[in-house]
Amino acid sequence: MTTQRLDAQKLRADFAVFEELTNGRPVAYLDSASSTQKPRQVLDAMREFYEHSYANVHRGVYTLAERATAGYEGAREKVRAYINAPSNREVIFTRGATEALNLIAYSWGLENLGPGDVVVITELEHHANFVPWQFIAKKTGAQFAHIPIDDYGELQLDALDEIATRGNVKVVANNLVSNTLGTINPVEKLAVWAHEQGAIMVVDAAQAAPHRHIDVQALGCDFLAFSSHKVCGPSGVGALWGRRELLEEMQPFNLGGEMIRSVALDRTSWNELPYKFEAGTPAIAEAYGFGVALDYVSEIGLDAIEAHEHELVVTAMDRLGEIPGLRIFGPPAERRTGIVSFELEGVHPHDVAQILNWEGVAVRAGHHCTQPLMTRLGVAATTRASFYLYTIEEDIDRLIDGLLKVKETFA
Amino acid sequence: MSELEQMYREVILDHYKSPRGHGLHEHPDAQAEGQNPLCGDEVTITVKFGEDGETIDSIGFDGRGCAISQAATSMLTELVKGRKAADVAALPKEELLEEIGIPLTPIRLKCAILGLGVLKVALHKAKGTPLPPEWQNLGDDLHFD
Repeated sequence: MTTQRLDAQKLRADFAVFEELTNGRPVAYLDSASSTQKPRQVLDAMREFYEHSYANVHRGVYTLAERATAGYEGAREKVRAYINAPSNREVIFTRGATEALNLIAYSWGLENLGPGDVVVITELEHHANFVPWQFIAKKTGAQFAHIPIDDYGELQLDALDEIATRGNVKVVANNLVSNTLGTINPVEKLAVWAHEQGAIMVVDAAQAAPHRHIDVQALGCDFLAFSSHKVCGPSGVGALWGRRELLEEMQPFNLGGEMIRSVALDRTSWNELPYKFEAGTPAIAEAYGFGVALDYVSEIGLDAIEAHEHELVVTAMDRLGEIPGLRIFGPPAERRTGIVSFELEGVHPHDVAQILNWEGVAVRAGHHCTQPLMTRLGVAATTRASFYLYTIEEDIDRLIDGLLKVKETFA
Repeated sequence: MSELEQMYREVILDHYKSPRGHGLHEHPDAQAEGQNPLCGDEVTITVKFGEDGETIDSIGFDGRGCAISQAATSMLTELVKGRKAADVAALPKEELLEEIGIPLTPIRLKCAILGLGVLKVALHKAKGTPLPPEWQNLGDDLHFD
């Protein structure tokens, strides 16, 4: 296979945001791990859909409703193909990865967890895959255990043996890529271990799906969640994939229209998959745009995106490492995606981000919804720069220049 | 360097690097602590009242966090010293923001008024002064057990 390359400079023409200049320069947008910018292809397709193919889905018998349904269901097929799921019926549209993970925690967790059971998460989990499990564990009396990380932010899998002695491990939940450190986690290994324990493996792929190939069958997981807005699509929509046997057994998460087969005064029966989990009018045009976004990044090529981000992260880590008093968190470049979290000695990350903003550099400062990880790292917050297909080396130059200004200001 | 940066450097950094009123009283008449969960800023404030039991005779703080939060609390100690508890409880945040003097985005605004909120909580606990709703959740954590 030839290695695909991408031309970020050329791709930037797809993003109107980079045409907007402040002091003659576009924003150096280094916060794609939070949310990505949107290409015209996605925005145009959504407008076209709203203008010519919009109606509520599934119920209408008229042409417009058929078109809308075809667009919505077409997007479901695109999601299925993107993650190599065996069936469309296993793909559920949600509001995003967070809602998808809550759906699993509530619908699967409430029914299947109890005293003597153990829910296993990791120290570097995003709150979206941490708090729902912590909450449901408390509610059901299950134990809540975490896999610790080492000083490089990598999971210490040798802790698993001890965790297994605590009770019946029923759930293992992990992010494929850490949103704070960029660590690529050994989800395949965890899935094997989870299944040996008789547990389900839940994967938060919000930070992974936009940046590398996802194959739910190769990962060997039972559930996988990701969001549209991190992969060049609109916000307000995401997807949950789950193994059919599990989804069939689960109770619905939201109740209402669309998710029912029949309703009587004394009983209601659920619709078939995936509609059982899609109560109410979904984010129709957003789901459609999500599908177009998946086409957009697939056409560029996930191998090319991964290679591009790797080059950027190597450069960024080299150059950041030259700044005295700057500490980078997490693993070496080979074992991370295009995310770098760091601290600048003596300067709070919010001050760093504020001064960088004056230079037109957009970074994230805070705990990145990973407070247990912050505690482990011994910091209240970090500054995070994250890259995507439209990030160029000049953005990193500007980050470095900006950081030198921060140092000067706080000297 | 823009005018804004100049201000940031001069006013904020001066208070950040040499905070006024830094250090807590051993036996305070009023005390409270609070966090800004958004950026992990923390501030604890202690107060000693004068002989009338109403006037803030001495105020001290300790904390960690961004320059805005710590500098604003430092400025606050200068602003309220010698004032009566009831007056400070009614102190509008705009008065403190005027002292800070640089435009703040909504997120940074929370950093800037953290100390003021903590002080209002301290006075509320000690003196029963009114506590506007916007301060009532300060320091409250979500606990499951």
